[in-house]
Amino acid sequence: MTFNEIEIEILNIIEKDSRLSVDTIAKMVNKSTEEVSTIIKKLEDLNVIVEYNTMVNWRKVAGHEGVTAMIDVKVAPKRGVGFDAIAERIYRYPEVKSVYLMSGAYDLSVVIEGKSMSEVGNFVSDKLSTLDSVLSTTTHFVLKKYKHDGTIFDHGEEDKRIVVSP
Amino acid sequence: MTINKTQFLSKTVTELKPSGIRRFFDLAANMEGVISLGVGEPDFVTSWAVREACILSLEQGHTSYTANAGLIELRSEIASYLNRSFSVKYSPTSEILVTVGASQALDLALRAIIDPGDEIIIVEPTFVSYAPIVSLAGGVPVPIHTEKEDEFKLRPDQIEKVITNRTKAILICSPNNPTGSVLSKEELVEISKIIKKHDLLVISDEIYAELVYDQTYTSFPSIEDMFDQTILISGFSKGFAMTGWRLGFVCAPEEILQAMLKIHQYTMMCAPTMAQHAAIEALKGGMHDVEEMRKSYRQRRNFFVNSLTEIGLTCYTPGGAFYAFPSIEKTGMTSEQFAENLLLEEKVAVVPGNVFGESGEGFVRCSYASSIEQLQEAVKRMGRFMKKF
Ligand SMILES: Cc1ncc(COP(=O)(O)O)c(C=O)c1O
Repeated sequence: MTFNEIEIEILNIIEKDSRLSVDTIAKMVNKSTEEVSTIIKKLEDLNVIVEYNTMVNWRKVAGHEGVTAMIDVKVAPKRGVGFDAIAERIYRYPEVKSVYLMSGAYDLSVVIEGKSMSEVGNFVSDKLSTLDSVLSTTTHFVLKKYKHDGTIFDHGEEDKRIVVSP
Repeated sequence: MTINKTQFLSKTVTELKPSGIRRFFDLAANMEGVISLGVGEPDFVTSWAVREACILSLEQGHTSYTANAGLIELRSEIASYLNRSFSVKYSPTSEILVTVGASQALDLALRAIIDPGDEIIIVEPTFVSYAPIVSLAGGVPVPIHTEKEDEFKLRPDQIEKVITNRTKAILICSPNNPTGSVLSKEELVEISKIIKKHDLLVISDEIYAELVYDQTYTSFPSIEDMFDQTILISGFSKGFAMTGWRLGFVCAPEEILQAMLKIHQYTMMCAPTMAQHAAIEALKGGMHDVEEMRKSYRQRRNFFVNSLTEIGLTCYTPGGAFYAFPSIEKTGMTSEQFAENLLLEEKVAVVPGNVFGESGEGFVRCSYASSIEQLQEAVKRMGRFMKKF
């Protein structure tokens, strides 16, 4: 699908901050609110804008810290469907945040989020490892998130400028 | 009896007016919760790759002086940058000098050309430093007042009116601080004809050249026949978000550049070494970041100018830099009153236009180098303020 400059500019703006009002975005790209609404609707309908998400730093919320694990999964691909069928069986689980097909030492990279280490452990041993085509799993727990999807957590780069300058 | 210490001061310094910016800074600095549109610098932090290059240079122990004119590697990068971006060719060995900000470059240029009493034409509204540094160099600043109706662009006929037999040079700043006004190639060509006719020098302050939004930028020395009569001033502060690094440069034909170098080697020796190493990285690998910042400023400008218009602060669309210069005429206040009341009542800091010369009266400078969230809040407060008029 090809999109024009304004459509791409709007995508960039929304990707950085999905809370901006249509009116604000319209002013930023010098278009009317109607035009911008139409463009956004089109991008949503085409599933180019897939979802509007919020990035939360759960570490700051007592009792909600959660645990993230990245699991390297080796699988035996199936004739006719390759890796897609097994990937789909994995990504359907709500605990699974992302699934990537990888080149190199293993086949699928699976990111799991759970309430605790044991919850993640149970998921791996009960659900993931027992799947037919799964040959092996290696689980890595995330100790601390510094940067996620391009966003730095706690970057401390607040405005350090003086209030009035030449 | 205590001695009167001001008697020791030079007449020139005593007669210099204190900067209006300073007064506003003092007023705003101690207030809480101020949204500042008064800042003449990017809100971006210098890109990480550039900061990292500086750290590396320190690790490697680059802590001594460089050549007076600056690291040759940096001068070469500047030369190729100017050539590829603006089609101007300067020799890195004889026509480029690395300075402590564009500020020092301006000072050197003026000191190199001014004999006592020489007149330098300045285009108002103007960057606050121009007139004082002309005076400090022993010259006489001669203002031209540009007008809102011309989008604050200098008209060639205005130059002719102020030329005398003492006129040495004209200082041009495009994109302009505080108006954001940008001169097109055609307009520069018309100006160049007057320059040629009267054998003047042009000091072209192109510090905002990277921040032009709707047109391709024309650098003054690229205008036909103008190379020999131009001193090009620029630097890393604005386009590369490097204000605190204090790094700029000046380019000119050899005879003029060598004169500036003479002053520079006695007064400054060289620009900071680690900043020079960082600047090499900025030119080599930082152009993508510049492009991203420019895109972001453009969106903010559109947002801000559209919003100002909505709340009754009429404003032409500035083509460059990061300043909007709306008229406050309908409030009936002076620019000082407006800025002061807006600050006290709504805690939004803007700079009164009269700080930038007489023709800035009736306007205020608002910098839109702030996040969209900050700008939204600022506009909300200013809208509330404007309801009274
Ligand atoms: C027009 C103009 N020239 C020069 C400068 C000074 O730049 P530098 O930080 O490189 O000294 C500024 C800074 O505000 C400016 O607006």
